[in-house]
Amino acid sequence: IMSVFSEVPQAAPVAVFKLTQDFNNDQHPQKVNLGVGAYRTDEGRPWVLPVVKKVEKLIVHDDRLNHEYLPILGLPEFRSSASKIALGDDSPAIKEERVGAVQCLGGTGALKIGAEFLRRFYNGNNNTKTPVYVSAPTWENHNAVFANAGFEDVRPYKYWDAEKRGLDLNGFLGDLESCPAHSIFVLHACAHNPTGTDPTQEQWKKIAEVMMRRKLFVFFDSAYQGFASGSLEKDAWAVRYFVSMGFEMFCAQSFSKNFGLYNERVGNLTIVARDGDNLKRILSQMEKIVRTTWSNPPSQGARVVAITLNTPELFSEWSDNVKTMADRVLLMRAQLKAKLQALGTPGTWDHITQQIGMFSFTGLNSQQVEYMVKEKHIYLMASGRINMCGLTTKNIDYVAESIHEAVTKVQ
Amino acid sequence: MALLKSNKVLYCLGNVSPSLGVLSSRNSSWWGGVQMGPPDPILGVTEAFKRDTNPKKMNLGVGAYRDDQGKPYVLNCVRKAEAVIAEKKLDKEYLPIGGLGEFAKACAQLALGADNEVLKSGRNITVQTISGTGSLRIGANFLSRFHGGPRDVYLPKPSWGNHTPIFRDAGMQLKAYRYYDPSTCGFDFKGALEDISKIPEQSVIVLHACAHNPTGVDPRPEQWKEISDLVKKRNLLVFFDMAYQGFASGDIDRDAWAVRHFIEQGHNIVLSQSFAKNMGLYGERVGGFTVVCKDAEEAKRVESQLKILIRPIYSNPPMNGARIATTILNTPELRAMWLEEVHGMANRIIKMREQLVAGLKKEGSSHNWQHVIDQIGMFCFTGLKPEQVERLTKEFSVYMTKDGRISMAGVSSGNVGYLAHGIHAVTK
Repeated sequence: IMSVFSEVPQAAPVAVFKLTQDFNNDQHPQKVNLGVGAYRTDEGRPWVLPVVKKVEKLIVHDDRLNHEYLPILGLPEFRSSASKIALGDDSPAIKEERVGAVQCLGGTGALKIGAEFLRRFYNGNNNTKTPVYVSAPTWENHNAVFANAGFEDVRPYKYWDAEKRGLDLNGFLGDLESCPAHSIFVLHACAHNPTGTDPTQEQWKKIAEVMMRRKLFVFFDSAYQGFASGSLEKDAWAVRYFVSMGFEMFCAQSFSKNFGLYNERVGNLTIVARDGDNLKRILSQMEKIVRTTWSNPPSQGARVVAITLNTPELFSEWSDNVKTMADRVLLMRAQLKAKLQALGTPGTWDHITQQIGMFSFTGLNSQQVEYMVKEKHIYLMASGRINMCGLTTKNIDYVAESIHEAVTKVQ
Repeated sequence: MALLKSNKVLYCLGNVSPSLGVLSSRNSSWWGGVQMGPPDPILGVTEAFKRDTNPKKMNLGVGAYRDDQGKPYVLNCVRKAEAVIAEKKLDKEYLPIGGLGEFAKACAQLALGADNEVLKSGRNITVQTISGTGSLRIGANFLSRFHGGPRDVYLPKPSWGNHTPIFRDAGMQLKAYRYYDPSTCGFDFKGALEDISKIPEQSVIVLHACAHNPTGVDPRPEQWKEISDLVKKRNLLVFFDMAYQGFASGDIDRDAWAVRHFIEQGHNIVLSQSFAKNMGLYGERVGGFTVVCKDAEEAKRVESQLKILIRPIYSNPPMNGARIATTILNTPELRAMWLEEVHGMANRIIKMREQLVAGLKKEGSSHNWQHVIDQIGMFCFTGLKPEQVERLTKEFSVYMTKDGRISMAGVSSGNVGYLAHGIHAVTK
């Protein structure tokens, strides 16, 4: 029988995973992986949060628990507590019973379900021409998620100012003012990936004002709540501000990083609706979308998060664990900047400590990045993005010196 | 310009004009035009069951195994595997896009047999998926993007309710071939062959590997052979859905016979597997999707494209269930324990079928209930008509779907007599 797939072309590998693969294959003793966004301890090891270990033990020993299907929309106690984390316990929108949620497979899954819903029901029915704006630059999968959901017009909005190494607010506001009405904007709630550069509260207010006036759709991507500043409340400020402004909006939440539950795929799509009736209809349609994608979500990770968030002592322990991670990142930022300044590395390095979250946009150009990878065996993304978690007290000198070399030797 | 594709959506024309997209007041919503989705027919059955106060009520809509006390059953091999895993203190790093490698390997071996030539030559690509649904969806997306043949997917009539929207959402079109014969409550072999012989070349045909859902009617081996020959003659692309391996007859090799026969006959199939039922891992979402390719080189190309499809849906799959399944499949004592337990589950179902028929005879039913014993797997197409189903629900608090389908998993030695009594009452 002839092959029906003989014309299937070889696809390029996903860059960030290829980077890790290359790192793994590298035998150099001083190699450093500053690629994929996962937390590492100061020993350079993955970290299963102590509270997670504790809760997993509880689950294994609880004979009342089984492996039955979750409801299509997920574990109810997970959905509600996850939304509370984003919106705040005292959120008026929650009190008004117009907040709902869909448990999804990680942040990616939440974006996917939200995108599928928007394509079907936003700005008309199946209006695939509605522009979707993602920041320039953004997490590389944003484009594919919305394109695969059927949107034909995924565009960049100005965000990163490479020259001044900061937010291009005027460019951003300009795009908000000139975009087609009802465009969808994907906003990073905090710890922007890959730049680590967030709007200030005053800047967020300006952004919100334009979006409200021009009737643009707000779709937050919140993958680092707690991880950015160490404070869950602080990191949720933008999301809560937009809710208080009265937007109907989506917020895709990931618990991969702040719970360290990467491979359990724990995510939540929080929906803020105008009222309970709208919410009910929205959720009924979300069910239909979920049913043909994965039927119902995996239970393990959601249980861990739900138990933790709903048990005061465990919640407290989790907050501490999150702060531990955030603090280590802040320390590495401070030390990297100090070392580069001490070395007299050309350029300004304030952005290292001004940026927030897991990533830093170093400003290294692609040739300098290639030098880092090939000559120094330090693996970072072609964009110059580094994962601060990959830095440790043991390798930070080597990394700082290597950056110094790259900047001085390679133009 | 907004295209109104769905004639089900009503617009609140006073509030939202789709072409202009103008919100006329502060209180109007983007979602004014979103209709309430229809209630899920199966969930509806469970909701009604919950509300019923009759102590003798029975829920025969449930598609999950129950033990003889009517309780969910966590397999012992699963508990043991969980304990083994807990000891290992593994990290929670992202899996690759295609999932846990050892799982994919064990999953393919289970379906194809460890000594299968396909596995030896490396010409299959198997990826971990979000249980059976996720597998079917990835498969449908893959076909939609890369299959050069017709957009049509042929399902047996009837098929699992979710097949249709899955393929549709992936951009394929649905057609059907005759399968179930209501006059015999059995397989319409003649009708199936006639319809299949007319399917245009290179179309996709979906086959249930074993324990057909919802009818429980499977072809016999000699019938599978003829189907295979005909499908080969028509040059159709075969999509096997195997959600019940081991659960149907109690024997994993017997249940995989059709899949292996087709491969042996030269069909390069695509295959969806689920571990929801046979390992009781429902909520952990464990499944696999396999493409049998021409050679290893093609398998590499196909693999790269599957990853491109998966990444924008959920990035990479969940670890927990796949880890459990792999531990069971690859640890000899656990695998042996599993085979016994899955045999036990299948046997309990078979016994309930026999007891139901015996009960009906005892009640004095003059109908032929042989199909209840001939059908296989979790479900039974009783042959009851909608009015009879309604009476069974209203008068006896027995809950099932309108098509006359019952889940044998909801039947126990404690209530099979009551069920026989009720069925007899509405059919005599």
